[in-house]
Amino acid sequence: METILVIGSGPIVIGQAAEFDYAGTQACKALREEGYRVALINSNPATIMTDRETADVVYIEPLNVDFCERVIARERPDGLLPTLGGQTGLNLATQLANGGVLDKYGVRLLGTPLSAIQQAEDREQFRRLMREIKEPVPESWIIESPDQLEAILDTVPYPCIIRPAYTLGGTGGGIAEDRETLWETGLKGLQLSMRSQIMIERSLLGWKEVEYEVMRDSKGNCITICNMENFDPMGVHTGDSIVVAPSQTLSDIEYHMLRTASLKIIRALGIEGGCNVQLAVNPNGFDYYVIEVNPRVSRSSALASKATGYPIARVSAKIAVGRTLDEIENQVTGTTKACFEPALDYCVVKIPRWPFDKFPNADRSLFTQMKATGEVMAIDRSFEAALMKAVRGLEIRQKDLKHPKYESMDDDGLRRAIAKPTDERLWAVAEGLRRGWGVEEVNRLSKVDKWFLQKISHLVGIERRLVEAGKLRGEGEDLSSLIAEAFLIGYPSASIRRLLGVESDDSPFGQVAKAEIERQKIMPVFKMVDTCAGEFESQTPYFYGTFETEDDALELRKAT
Amino acid sequence: MLSDGAVYAGRPLGAAGETTGEVVFNTGMTGYQEILTDPSYAGQIVLLTYPLIGNYGINDDDFESDRLQPAGLIVREACDLPSNWRSTRTLHQLLAERGMVGIQGLDTRAITKRIRSGGVTMGIITHGDPDEALLRLRGTQVYGESDFVYSVTTKAPYAWGYAGKEGIEESSEGYRFRLAVLDCGLKHNILRRFAALNVRSIVLPAATPAEEVLAWNPDGILLSPGPGDPSRLEPVIEAVRHLLGQKPVFGICLGNQLLCHALGGRTFKLKFGHRGSNHPVKDLEDGTVTITSQNHGYAVDPDSLAGTGAVITQLNLNDGTVEGIRAAGVRASSIQYHPEAAPGPWDSRKYFLQFVEQMAGG
Repeated sequence: METILVIGSGPIVIGQAAEFDYAGTQACKALREEGYRVALINSNPATIMTDRETADVVYIEPLNVDFCERVIARERPDGLLPTLGGQTGLNLATQLANGGVLDKYGVRLLGTPLSAIQQAEDREQFRRLMREIKEPVPESWIIESPDQLEAILDTVPYPCIIRPAYTLGGTGGGIAEDRETLWETGLKGLQLSMRSQIMIERSLLGWKEVEYEVMRDSKGNCITICNMENFDPMGVHTGDSIVVAPSQTLSDIEYHMLRTASLKIIRALGIEGGCNVQLAVNPNGFDYYVIEVNPRVSRSSALASKATGYPIARVSAKIAVGRTLDEIENQVTGTTKACFEPALDYCVVKIPRWPFDKFPNADRSLFTQMKATGEVMAIDRSFEAALMKAVRGLEIRQKDLKHPKYESMDDDGLRRAIAKPTDERLWAVAEGLRRGWGVEEVNRLSKVDKWFLQKISHLVGIERRLVEAGKLRGEGEDLSSLIAEAFLIGYPSASIRRLLGVESDDSPFGQVAKAEIERQKIMPVFKMVDTCAGEFESQTPYFYGTFETEDDALELRKAT
Repeated sequence: MLSDGAVYAGRPLGAAGETTGEVVFNTGMTGYQEILTDPSYAGQIVLLTYPLIGNYGINDDDFESDRLQPAGLIVREACDLPSNWRSTRTLHQLLAERGMVGIQGLDTRAITKRIRSGGVTMGIITHGDPDEALLRLRGTQVYGESDFVYSVTTKAPYAWGYAGKEGIEESSEGYRFRLAVLDCGLKHNILRRFAALNVRSIVLPAATPAEEVLAWNPDGILLSPGPGDPSRLEPVIEAVRHLLGQKPVFGICLGNQLLCHALGGRTFKLKFGHRGSNHPVKDLEDGTVTITSQNHGYAVDPDSLAGTGAVITQLNLNDGTVEGIRAAGVRASSIQYHPEAAPGPWDSRKYFLQFVEQMAGG
């Protein structure tokens, strides 16, 4: 094999943005490192992967079968790598394979076999496979008549979701808490559906949503790169959810029960490369359901890659050309192999970036269809500090957890805002805790895990103490240690000044406070993201800032 | 404070007081409850590299022995308000209740890096004067010169069956096999795994002589994990030597090192050991790699195995150290990591089944 064709992900759309450029670029570099000539086709010239240095030859052409066939005819690649260009790359490769183009020119598909991809993406095939390997999928019933509906009223678990088939935008669907509602909504759904067909599914609203990024090579070696826990429980698309890595509220048994399930699934599918498994976990028991599998490098794998330092796309590309995990070097340490599971000694928080500031009249509610157009990721030694960093990274008006809209909202309105997922729910939740509603009440309204709410409550508590200290003009608690505590859990200096009320205060107290904030501000250190929690020496200069004692970057600067 | 005089300031966690021990780090991101009750940590102050510990609280089910085992605990941040459906109390409450001294709020990554470059070392958690504490620390017996196995092993034989711990006199009826376990510092999950495979375990004190072990008429013998330097356990090694060839033998962790010594090999101390849930191990027989749970400070010297009849079956992919040996002539094999997990990945549970099959072969 000499030449490999890589298909890019084309234009930027929701759910398929710059992360696929990042993945594709890594893959092209990895393949060239292995000694292959790389030909790249992508319709989007505003990408790094289409830079001259990335591939040996670049075609900026429409991503369709005709153009792709012409590129294949001209370049005569031996292999085609389809799993790094998102859904676009995968769909195009499928069309090329089904249309006989690949056979005609003797091009081999690299990485995960197409049949495995179809098995993961086809709802029915996937459910059948899960039943075979005894992994639970949410129970569902197809109903085509009122008689059938009546027959299942006592067997379905409540609450359940009703989805009429073939109606526009899911009209006529809904959630039923009891058999009466199911009967009424079900009958209406049957009438509205063009085919008189509805699907009834177990509702997992309020369950924890957890993801595992896993990898498998052609020899069957399987590893987990990272797991992630969603702040927003089931019901919000994971691309629209605040996500934390690693999971925080799973005990060791729960973590490894879900890890074992994820590895069993990637083995059963026969994936060669990276894969993302989404699971719903009962917050009050050991039961879980497999929700979905992405049999390719996805938006989540780009996040996992940045969160852990593990280059998923690079390793996936190498696996696709037959290398195995125990052969591939861990580039970060330079001394260990790619076959291990990253250990984090920090907390990662991702917040989606929504475009509602540009479309003020758009519907801000979040559900199963992704609306975010980007995301920010922050790393720190505590959840609070990582969350606060991520909030600032959003580059929106809010630099902390105060939001005038929710501060001025009446209690009833705020309750509704906490209960209903939107891009601003984080601020509504913080306001609820600020009003002293307590973690129990906010958890009841939002179903957000109490662990996250406790942390936000901690942040709001610091806010309150800063405001109090400002009022007491230094007469209360020790100002210097309060400022240190505020910095440690992520309050930026501007917020500290504002909460103390000293922004434009040149009184002696104001000056002392501002000087102390300036003094402590310059004390953060930089810690390394090294995939191994400090166990091995590492080479890759990838750092995050935090308020600690030892600086990893300082050592590195001295060494060079 | 470490034995070289390096001081790290933090806030108290758990019981008040002072404690000394060998400072080691574990990189697992979950499993603190299992680690705190694993007898292999006797005499050690455990530092957990993941900064947020105690998030899912402490529950009533995940204890690996009847008491807290390490000498102390070091964490970046202990969670006071945990969230998990099984949680019954906080990490701090458990430590305070059972009298374990801990510390939080210090730069755990800085300490980890110091151990990585300088090797494991003795340390002290104290609230007193640093100079005086250093003197007391230097006066403490170092880890490698202490015998921990005899203090963590069971005092009297007991059995473990389907319902957990039970009297030795209860019937073995309804089980497929009877396993004799030399307890050098057992974790309950080893016994749970065997019970799940219809094996009743007879757990014996570490220093039980060979004849007494055989008097139980076991179908196989398990050499358990445990703390400390294996070369100090001559009476146990002597017993294993006599047991070899009589019944199938399987060793886990310290058991791997004991088997090595009984066969005539040697062990050595690793610079900072392997402790975590992410260590890749390569099976030399089928070429596959498994992610394993590890907790050991000593390792088998591969060169010392020449002429002992043992072959190396598995290697650590990170540093090439021995992870498994087999002496087929005497039906004995062992692995250096923890197939019982708790904490860690469940990928190597197959070894329990393999040993049960070996017992079936007699």
